[in-house]
Amino acid sequence: MRALTWHGKHDVRMDTVPDPQIVNPRDAIIKITSTAICGSDLHLYDSYIPSMHRGDILGHEFMGEVVEIGPKSTLQKGQRVVVPFVIACGQCFFCGKQQFSACDNSNPAEKADLGEVAYGYAMSGLFGYSHMTGGYAGGQAEYVRVPYSDVGPIVIPDGLEDDKVLFLSDILPTGWMAAENCDIEPGDTVAVWGCGPVGLFAIQSALLMGAHRVIAIDHYPGRLALAKSMGAEIINYHDVKVREALMEMTGGIGPDACIDAVGMESHGFTIDNVIDAVKTTTKLGTDRAHVLREVLMACRKGGRVSIPGVYGGVGDKIPIGALMQKGLQVKTGQTHVQKYLRPLLEMIGEGKIDTTFLISHRLPLEQAPEGYKMFKEQQNEVTKVVLKPDWGKEAA
Amino acid sequence: MSKDHVESARESDAPLTAAVHQRDVAKEVAEDRGWGEAALVGRTVTINRPRAHLYAFWRDFRNLAAFMENVESVTPGDGQTSHWVVKAPAGQTVEWDAVITEDVADALIAWESVDGADIKTAGRIEFRDGPPGRGTEVTATIVYDPPGGDLGKLIAKLFQKEPKIQARRELRRFKQLMETGEVSTSDAPDAAPRG
Repeated sequence: MRALTWHGKHDVRMDTVPDPQIVNPRDAIIKITSTAICGSDLHLYDSYIPSMHRGDILGHEFMGEVVEIGPKSTLQKGQRVVVPFVIACGQCFFCGKQQFSACDNSNPAEKADLGEVAYGYAMSGLFGYSHMTGGYAGGQAEYVRVPYSDVGPIVIPDGLEDDKVLFLSDILPTGWMAAENCDIEPGDTVAVWGCGPVGLFAIQSALLMGAHRVIAIDHYPGRLALAKSMGAEIINYHDVKVREALMEMTGGIGPDACIDAVGMESHGFTIDNVIDAVKTTTKLGTDRAHVLREVLMACRKGGRVSIPGVYGGVGDKIPIGALMQKGLQVKTGQTHVQKYLRPLLEMIGEGKIDTTFLISHRLPLEQAPEGYKMFKEQQNEVTKVVLKPDWGKEAA
Repeated sequence: MSKDHVESARESDAPLTAAVHQRDVAKEVAEDRGWGEAALVGRTVTINRPRAHLYAFWRDFRNLAAFMENVESVTPGDGQTSHWVVKAPAGQTVEWDAVITEDVADALIAWESVDGADIKTAGRIEFRDGPPGRGTEVTATIVYDPPGGDLGKLIAKLFQKEPKIQARRELRRFKQLMETGEVSTSDAPDAAPRG
């Protein structure tokens, strides 16, 4: 089959690789019909995530048709499914608590050591996201093997086309959980750093959950315009100082809840960020935590901080005094996707949530390397790239 | 290894396997047995299954090959004995006989290689109830005497290939098999194709 493979920093290629097989009883093989490039794929593209190997197939946002099933799979051939990027067994203590991204079993034993060293405990397996999270092949390919297929994939009713449901795989539940982690109360102002896909979906979710106001922070005019069209007020951090603006906009109180939808590759030309960037490039540190610092400083006393943005290593100069003295509550984590699939699919079906506005580009899978390049280099115009393995085949 | 050793290491309520930093338990085990030296590895995991279920699966030694990477087969013999065939480097195998030295239903199993075996090794698996509703805490402890000679080199390679990591991984696989019915894998090319 054809697949997008990682070969190093800013080097991804289309390769011909063996087809995946059913290996375990609960496996299924999915023929991909749509797959997207995620902002967190750019962390791999930029080589910020350790334990990537040459030849790894990327992609963790995908959907398709069931073409093969193991004897214990509950899926049926021919069903259309969206697959969560988090692989979860459904039977460990954590899955029982619906903390699917903490699944104890989906990360193969020989891959789990690095996570134990880095984080104290191994994380769940993820599709196409380094060997620390399982070394599973991703879905930017013609086919993918889905382990524990009786737990993760959700069957999509006929009539809901791919573009409407694809983002159930990651970014829609991630934005939703980011807002849910804010424990929104009537009258709340929620500030969202980063108007990428997760930030935009967090804005949409926060408003659906009853936030009085949402204030969106970014520097790309195109993305800020999208945030505004969804009902957010906007701050361009190139024009104003973020914390001062937030204070003035909230009557001197500060936002009740703050969402860091940026994570470890934050932009901006503040001095701490420049130092972080130098340290990251010279391998003296890992994460550029500028947004998290600003969030902790800006959030009101007793407020809530939600971090869907991806961090991987250690952070420097985190204002821990602000966190403690103001009594902030922090919630974070990889998304427990499986928990949110059903309610979100229902809301899509009822027309309460529309995610198609996000898609700026649709390309044949064969053009995935170009897709990565444009997503990386033109973030103002390119909000989401969806890849279609079938496209271009008819012509061939 | 005797129960005494496990108990005596518990001055801090931590299992034997966590006590090796303060006390050279391996050395005590070796002296106790008249072995030249001993290496000790172990680990505790919690498994979301009842104690009796886990004990029964482990007690049938034939099942061990399903999750122990290097174990080719374990064949129960008469009574308390078993015959172990373990993969060694360069496509070879090593074999030895072991005998069960302790067996408490739903609680613990201990076994040890028989006198004269090429490999001196002893293992112990304990099953304790976790907090209510939290499954079973399982502690595995393996000690062995690294032998000399050519065989010794082979065995050293086999056991000492990061033995702590090996023990941890095998308990993880045991947990996966018990909780999910399968062992998670991303082995290329079938389970995870790569370029």
